[in-house]
Amino acid sequence: MTEQPGFTIRVDQNKYLPAGGKEVHAVLTVESTGAAQAAPAAQAAEVVIVDTSGSMAYGKIAEARKAAQAAVDTLRDGVFFAIVAGTAHAHMIFPPEQRLIQADPHTRQAAKDAIGRLQADGGTAMGRWLRLAADLFQPFPHAIKHAILLTDGKNEHQKSWEFDADLAYCTGKFVCDCRGVGDAWVVAELRKISSTLLGTVMDIPDPKDLEADFRAMAQTAMGKAVADVALRVWTPQNARLKFVKQVSPTLEDLTARRTEAGPQAGDYPTGSWGAESREYHVCVEVQPGVVGQEMRAAWVKVVAPETGFQYAAGNVLALWSDDLAQSTRINQRVAHYTGQAELAELIQDGLQARKEGDLELATARLGRARGLAEKAGNEETARLLDNVIDFDPDTGTARLKRNVEKAAEIALDARSVRTTRLRKDPES
Amino acid sequence: MTITSMCPHCAYPVLAGEAFCEDCGRAIRPGAPGACTACGAAALGQDGYCGRCGVRQPTGRDHTEIQVATQTGTAAGVSDRGLRHSRNEDAMALAAVDDVTIAGVVCDGVSSSPRPDAASQTAAETGAAALVSELRTGAGHVRATRIAVARAAAAVATLGTFEDAPACTYVSAIVTPGRVTVGWAGDSRAYWLGAGPVRLTADDATDGGMLTAWLGADAGEVLPQVKTFEPDGPGAVLVCSDGLWNYLPSAAEMAAAAPHAAGSPLPTAQALVRLALQAGGRDNITVLVIPFEKGSPLQ
Repeated sequence: MTEQPGFTIRVDQNKYLPAGGKEVHAVLTVESTGAAQAAPAAQAAEVVIVDTSGSMAYGKIAEARKAAQAAVDTLRDGVFFAIVAGTAHAHMIFPPEQRLIQADPHTRQAAKDAIGRLQADGGTAMGRWLRLAADLFQPFPHAIKHAILLTDGKNEHQKSWEFDADLAYCTGKFVCDCRGVGDAWVVAELRKISSTLLGTVMDIPDPKDLEADFRAMAQTAMGKAVADVALRVWTPQNARLKFVKQVSPTLEDLTARRTEAGPQAGDYPTGSWGAESREYHVCVEVQPGVVGQEMRAAWVKVVAPETGFQYAAGNVLALWSDDLAQSTRINQRVAHYTGQAELAELIQDGLQARKEGDLELATARLGRARGLAEKAGNEETARLLDNVIDFDPDTGTARLKRNVEKAAEIALDARSVRTTRLRKDPES
Repeated sequence: MTITSMCPHCAYPVLAGEAFCEDCGRAIRPGAPGACTACGAAALGQDGYCGRCGVRQPTGRDHTEIQVATQTGTAAGVSDRGLRHSRNEDAMALAAVDDVTIAGVVCDGVSSSPRPDAASQTAAETGAAALVSELRTGAGHVRATRIAVARAAAAVATLGTFEDAPACTYVSAIVTPGRVTVGWAGDSRAYWLGAGPVRLTADDATDGGMLTAWLGADAGEVLPQVKTFEPDGPGAVLVCSDGLWNYLPSAAEMAAAAPHAAGSPLPTAQALVRLALQAGGRDNITVLVIPFEKGSPLQ
């Protein structure tokens, strides 16, 4: 590769700790210029997986066909791709044999013809679909590998241990964006896939919106310029890295995804990057220093884990101070994303409690979430919450709605991990 | 080699002459060069943070400025870590001896020696204190200069042994109306800045830059060179480490870079340090500017 894409890291934090203070928080803004985007040099590979279970019949399968065809239209010449249909098993739709094929006008047309013949009939076993995608990607270790998975239902034709094994098999092999259409799919299932495979999950209540969404997803995938980027985090000896979370554009806890990367350092996978900006909240517990002492609490680098190539680096610092005016200040960005994480947790807890019939807890959680959403400027989240609860802005009290559309609940759950950015850049 | 002691951190046997434990990697003696001041690990990064515990190394000497006033004027000193060294191994001292007399000392730690920053600090403080006390008790300038060097040398020698000898250079100036006395060992310098600028010191160094005189336990008896100079008109005495004069070696160049030394000692010292930083700041930079007034020495 001749031209490396450019990355920058910006660190937002209040480095001042009171005497004896141990916990250091920082928000890292990682930005990729995606310089290579205009002329993507890296090889790309794309697998589109369409659920063709019996429940997809009627309107949904027709819209799914159009969506998959739109995605195919978006593929650049030369991209390796395949179309997979999913039921209780995974089936090659195009090309007919189990391999990826290079996109050109002829293969794109042939793929669209094959997609046009898709019929809805069968069960749902997503793990097996993903496993086939992983095998298709296998001959392309250095490509930017991306899959789209569309489903409308529950993963009911495979045991959960088999599903987990399939997911483990796929981990690190490709990035997968998941889309749920209709109101019979399970957010938790798709979130598990997208979290593990570093992609997104989104609800598409109306099948008619699939086409535009698929086109956008394929476009984004084509814009990725560098695959397999990791955050390499060094921490001092005797320090504890409490968490590493992506906090923007969506919440994703990466803490458990660590792989050791040399003394006192670990890698956290972030998948592939185009021209985009993501933010990460890092929390380190360090041994307290003496007042006046400055410590590097974390050294965060954006790296290609395989080669160790370093794109950018930033310091998270701790400086012990006996000036309370310094040490009690909370960085605005850290505060903002702490609030966003709390909001998502309240929503997910609230919905879970509602499902389990604990209406009191559900009301308390969702009501607090509604107040927080308004305060933090999460207008969409507030709107989605209003589909589930009645909220009195004057008294701040909330009541669960008696009848809630399934789709409204799914939308709230699926979108709870999407965060807002700080509107104005705080001077730190 | 024989085992002479145990690592104070992990009790691993340590051989004579080793500065760092082979087992845990930490410094055997506190303050060893390259050792973290917090955890002792020999893992300091170029940016000043320890690669093990993350603690940034002390910065108290990274940049210091001092001023001392008498009736004849205000002398100033600036010392700076520079851009390439992880710490400042230079040290300086300024003292008012009486209403019209100022004494200054600059010492430059020898980087290849252990704890050079401790050596220079000790030498500058001891030397300046000795100058003040000797001059106040009636010693002549030359004699006071020699005694101060001897005391500073003795103090530095006690910091180590022949095999483990922190070392530094030394240059002092006594500036009083009508007369300037300089004494030195090593390659730190003094310049006269006035009409007809001139270098007052001659480096104790080979053409290749190897020091031929220094203060330290391995230096033997230090015999400083001492010179007295009686300028004709007003000006300033500039005392500095090689971090400055490497960029302005000749007296003419130094004087050209410090046109207002006599009237503005602090701004001059600051400007000279800035100049050295802009030129690359490869070494620690220390400069004293002591204004000089012509007149009969009070006695």
